[in-house]
Amino acid sequence: MKRARKFLAIFFAVFFVVGALTTVYAKEPYKIGAVFAVTGPASFLGEPEKNTTLMLKDQINAAGGINGTPIEIIIEDSKSDETQAVLAAKKLLEKDNVLAIIGPSTTGESMALVPIMNAAKTPLISCAAGAGITQPVKERYWIFKTPQYDVSAVEAIYTHMKKQKISKIGIVSISTGFGDAGRKALLDMAPKYGMTIVADERYGPKDSDMTTQLTKIKAAGAQAVINWSVGPGQVVVTKNWAALKMGIPLYQSHGWGSKKNIELAGKAAEGVIAPLGRLVVWDKLHDTHPQKALLKKYSRDYEAKFKGEPGTFGGHAYDSLMMVVEALKKVGPDKKKIRDYIETKIKKWPGTGGIFNMSPQDHCGLDKTAFEMVVVKNGDWEILK
Amino acid sequence: MTVFLQFLFSGLTIGAVYAMVGLGFNIIYNATSIINLAQGEFVVIGGLVMWFFIESVKLPFLVSLVLTLLTTGVVALLMERLTIKPLKKTDLLLMIMITVAVSIVLRGLLMFKFGKEPYVYAPFTEGEPLQIYGAIIQQQTLWIIGITCCCIVLIYLFFSRTLLGKAMRACAVNPTAAKLVGINVERMVMISFVLSAIMGAIAGVAITPISLMEYDKGPMLAVKGFSAAIMGGLGRGRGSVIGGFIIGILESMTAGYLHSGLKDAVALIILLAVLFFRPAGLFGSKAMLQLRKF
Amino acid sequence: MSRGNRTAYIVFVALIILFPLLFGGSSYTISIGLFAGINALVAIGLSILMGYAGQISLGQAGFYGIGAYVSAILSTKYGMPVVPSLAAAMVTASCASVFLAIPALRLKGHYLAVATLGFGEIVHVALNEWGPGGPSGFGDIPHFSVFGYTFTTANEYFYLVWGIVAVVMIFSFNLINSRIGRAFRAIHDSELASNAMGVDVADLKVKVFILSALYAALAGGLYAHYITFISPGNFTLFYSVLVLMMVVVGGINNLWGAVIGSIFITVLPELLRKFEEFDVLAYGLILTLSLLFFRKGVVPLITEKLKKRSM
Repeated sequence: MKRARKFLAIFFAVFFVVGALTTVYAKEPYKIGAVFAVTGPASFLGEPEKNTTLMLKDQINAAGGINGTPIEIIIEDSKSDETQAVLAAKKLLEKDNVLAIIGPSTTGESMALVPIMNAAKTPLISCAAGAGITQPVKERYWIFKTPQYDVSAVEAIYTHMKKQKISKIGIVSISTGFGDAGRKALLDMAPKYGMTIVADERYGPKDSDMTTQLTKIKAAGAQAVINWSVGPGQVVVTKNWAALKMGIPLYQSHGWGSKKNIELAGKAAEGVIAPLGRLVVWDKLHDTHPQKALLKKYSRDYEAKFKGEPGTFGGHAYDSLMMVVEALKKVGPDKKKIRDYIETKIKKWPGTGGIFNMSPQDHCGLDKTAFEMVVVKNGDWEILK
Repeated sequence: MTVFLQFLFSGLTIGAVYAMVGLGFNIIYNATSIINLAQGEFVVIGGLVMWFFIESVKLPFLVSLVLTLLTTGVVALLMERLTIKPLKKTDLLLMIMITVAVSIVLRGLLMFKFGKEPYVYAPFTEGEPLQIYGAIIQQQTLWIIGITCCCIVLIYLFFSRTLLGKAMRACAVNPTAAKLVGINVERMVMISFVLSAIMGAIAGVAITPISLMEYDKGPMLAVKGFSAAIMGGLGRGRGSVIGGFIIGILESMTAGYLHSGLKDAVALIILLAVLFFRPAGLFGSKAMLQLRKF
Repeated sequence: MSRGNRTAYIVFVALIILFPLLFGGSSYTISIGLFAGINALVAIGLSILMGYAGQISLGQAGFYGIGAYVSAILSTKYGMPVVPSLAAAMVTASCASVFLAIPALRLKGHYLAVATLGFGEIVHVALNEWGPGGPSGFGDIPHFSVFGYTFTTANEYFYLVWGIVAVVMIFSFNLINSRIGRAFRAIHDSELASNAMGVDVADLKVKVFILSALYAALAGGLYAHYITFISPGNFTLFYSVLVLMMVVVGGINNLWGAVIGSIFITVLPELLRKFEEFDVLAYGLILTLSLLFFRKGVVPLITEKLKKRSM
């Protein structure tokens, strides 16, 4: 008995000593902040971004963190509102002392954060697409973004249309920041590709029926129609287009990239074409494609954990976070060094959005080659050659 | 001609939804003089709960429909018992604010249960759309318009021919007098809420196959439906229905012949014009306007 | 001002001065405070409109938006200095309010509410359609500057905004206790009687609308010059309802209610941050409960308790 007690005593002593030692030397985690539109009109962006971030954080920490140091990610909800985004960012910068912030989800919120992040000399890796976020680059020293430029998606569409000998098009867009940005890009790029826009229609985020807009487009003599929106609007336009038997092809924006859209639109979705990030068609890629392995893993992991596909938007958070993580791994917890690393060392970097080439002149790093032209066939995606 | 008809059909489709929402506003207003700004949420509840029964639990259509209407009715009942009754109509403003607060709560609950994505289920009848002079009208659209017209007729008959309906109208005009003749005013209020919610739910059930349903479609529908009610003259069921169709068609015509970005504004401008030049609404009477409490 | 109000005012000014001294280290806390101040300005205008003159408005976001956009456009696209831009914005908003007020005069209750709602929505659609940048909004709005001094930090803005609130409060108190203020209250109680007594009801109603529009436009301008980026999404019916909530929850018949209400409603979402997705639900529930139990508003509840104590 006495021996057993001695044994127990030594055991507990060792236990406590080790515990004390590890507590004393426990690594202060690397703190990264995140601002996402988890609720509000842009929650279709914020929710997959948040889920992706949490999933990656768990994976990284389970693998021992970064050089042995765990990471802590503090996610704040901006409620799709600029004022709230500003408050969230300030809280992360001051109360939580984060090394960098990923997000926000929308262009408007990102623009509101630009002066704050520049003043706080902390890197911001936005998950929003607006060109103004990273341009003019000399006033965006600390600001980066991971989604593709809207212009790149437009160029991919126009390039495909040219091959189909389409020159007269009708566009219909949603009257939110996303739709408006796409519409501007469509109008800007049209002359370069010889496109004439014969009809330019709009609709609201909660509109239930777009047959009027589509009828106008057909009546104006368009050879194809482009819809620029995300959310239910895409599906309604698709259903209307099919019901009207318009007889001209329907192109969607890169916001179309979600199996849910095909599911909701049903048969109407057959033949719809869109430029999509490779995340949604990873299984149709050649095995040697540099993005395939990470897309496969991300897609499978996300589906297993959250029972749904991540979609393009979740991927933006993936890219933003992993850039920060890689920078931390290589240069450690220094805001300026992280910023410099991202600007200069992210080259030929495969992410979910494409293969990134950041530079002091380009804080986004993607062009139209980030997209594949995809058509819906038999309820599934098919890459167009 | 084709183009005009197409615009018209589109306007009729959404106009029918506005009409049902406006009708719902009127039912509650007729019995209580309250404007229920949570009206739009009943439409959403109708659509989402119907999806739940049809697609998730996989019950047959009619069973799902009945259950959906029951559920929405119960929600309205709870709303009335918990938030309207205790306030005893003290102050117009407070009543409006409470209905706004309740609509936020309902939206929160819907978001919690259904998330933010859109939902859809099959139209009532599958089949090729009809063609009239080259314009397409989907079968579901015909259902929506047909159901709306039926509801209008039924509600009209209810309020003008049945004792219960007349009792409800009496409550709005003068609750004290109504009580004196033995009408259970509190129960009338409760019934009006339930009835109005069912109207909204029917609209939601009917529109979802064409335009999907998400948790936050409520406020926009409430504003438009309310405009329809005002345009037709608050308190006049028929007026609000016509108002709803007018707004729907106007929106469609503006988008079609003018500029689609302005369509929301047009309905509002017409609304303001009606308010400023004919405040009793197109079908209301000035005398009734003075008599009303609010 | 009554004695109670004077004491309250002194405490109020003291708190304004102390707040940044105590919490100045956190730009986050100070920002919440200054947004509360901006909202308070709009709420005070609405409070006078509703509580004292008895008119309802569901369209304050329209004036707030006009104030923000006009001031931002003039100072950004036309290079005008901030103070004149702000003044021009306030003038624009008052003109708009006249356009609204004159026809709206004849309306009451629900109808007036709808007219103001319609107005607010029209402004929103106009900003979305014709505002610079459309739905995406625009930025690079200069910070507030006067006599060569530019306000850039949150602390400076806090003092600026709440300083203006303090001045507006004095002005408003004087207004309420003046002949015009008594005329307002007379209208609220009975327009018929007021008319019979010789009060120019129509004229005063327009004036009170203009006043609420001025306050809201001023707040809008201050908002734009602080956040430097605006988009139509900030100026929706949702905001009009929010301001209405502030006034109602705080207590309709007094100005302190507007201030307390706006602080409460601005701070509440921050406190609910930890609830993440439930925050909408929690927000709605708290509002419903406050309306059910604090029917007259929070401030009268407190003042009544204080009165009972001193009796």
